[in-house]
Amino acid sequence: MPDQVQEKKGLIRKFLDMPADSVPKTIFMAVAVCLVASMCVSAAAVALRPVQEVNKLKDKQVNILQVAGMYEPGVDVVEAFQVFEPHVLELSSGTFSDQFDATTFDDRAAASDPELSRALEDDPASIGRQSKFVTVYLLRDDAGEIERVILPLHGYGLWSTLYGFIALEANGNDIFGLQFYEHAETPGLGGEVDNPRWKALWSGKRLKDDDGNLAITVAKTAPDAGPDYHIDALAGATLTTVGIDNLVKFWMGEAGYEPFLQNLEAGVL
Amino acid sequence: MSQTRKEMLTDPLVDNNPITLQVLGICSALAVTSSLQVSFVMALAVIFVTGFSSMFISIIRNHIPSSIRIIVQMVIIASLVILVDQVLKAYLFEISKTLSVFVGLIITNCIVMGRAEAFAMKNPPVASFIDGVGNGLGYGLILMLVGFIRELFGSGSLFGVTILETVNNGGWYVPNGLLLLPPSAFFIIGLIIWAFRTWKPAQVEEREYKIQTVEAH
Repeated sequence: MPDQVQEKKGLIRKFLDMPADSVPKTIFMAVAVCLVASMCVSAAAVALRPVQEVNKLKDKQVNILQVAGMYEPGVDVVEAFQVFEPHVLELSSGTFSDQFDATTFDDRAAASDPELSRALEDDPASIGRQSKFVTVYLLRDDAGEIERVILPLHGYGLWSTLYGFIALEANGNDIFGLQFYEHAETPGLGGEVDNPRWKALWSGKRLKDDDGNLAITVAKTAPDAGPDYHIDALAGATLTTVGIDNLVKFWMGEAGYEPFLQNLEAGVL
Repeated sequence: MSQTRKEMLTDPLVDNNPITLQVLGICSALAVTSSLQVSFVMALAVIFVTGFSSMFISIIRNHIPSSIRIIVQMVIIASLVILVDQVLKAYLFEISKTLSVFVGLIITNCIVMGRAEAFAMKNPPVASFIDGVGNGLGYGLILMLVGFIRELFGSGSLFGVTILETVNNGGWYVPNGLLLLPPSAFFIIGLIIWAFRTWKPAQVEEREYKIQTVEAH
């Protein structure tokens, strides 16, 4: 063994002693620098991941609070988050499932689990596979009646999958708010989905028109149903806008929350 | 060595400032300076990256083949930037969201490459490290100056603490919206360059042309 180590050392030494511009040395340096650099980067990424995950979870909770209109700067997020009643929802039946623990259920892991998800044929939101179960959050008033529901949704924009929440009033039709907590759209263009003024447009809009057709539209011009169903497009971000339009229609439609919203309206939950 | 270590650290602050004299690293200076807190974190990140990238490049400078030297420098710089990005995401999550792409863009910040190529490839590690930190400090100084003006007059606050109560919050100060937009940093940096060159006339570049006097025929 010692001989081998000796020989190995000798090999590196040999490379180091070569003139810097020779071909073997060039290849050796390229490989060595890349190896060392990639090891440093991956070590840092792995070591810091747990802390980053905690931050992400907290950020998600802050976003749920914000979309429900319950967030004030400086509140204790974990404590404020207790007002929500998390449930795991079975999308196809629109009823709550008690197979899983709602506080630990991971929607995203479920979406790639063949047992818990289905491949989409008609896939306007470009998400590939859809989880059969998602975590939704209920907000109840003092009398114990459902006041608002917070539903997760996601879909592809221009560069990235946008993950967000929509908050609906108890009638399952009036929108209270919508916001995305994770995306990588172009800052200043598609990234304006985070602009408070744009997010405020969602408040008070409706999903379905009087005939029960899904009418909500994110576009430059208002749909036939009228301005109550229209959210203005983001200037300079056509593809992000189209993506959001698609994903909202997808999640609010048959494949998404429609069964749940019908149950909610009928008051059977 | 022509410069003492102290000079190497203080020289880039005013006399040889990377932004005002060499006019490098402008794009990130425009983008991140709308609030002081973000400017401060960005400045720290750049100081860290210029310092350590110069040091590491200097350590292996005699072994870097000249044909791939820029790529080797970029690999080292990029790794350090990713390191900074990961640390920010872990410990300063809110700020890392605001800085978003701009941390990644430190890789293309000309100051970092400039010091690696101009100084670290020819000088020993400790001197390169000090030179890198000095240039990072020079960049940070301008960032803080610009950030101070933009945040104070653009949002009426400093480090997020309200100094001038704005009209929106029931105060008297009407904030200057232009200062929150990136182009305003151009004007401010221009004014800073003017101030520096008035203070130190040695920085004024010689004219590249000569004004001709027209003779009457």
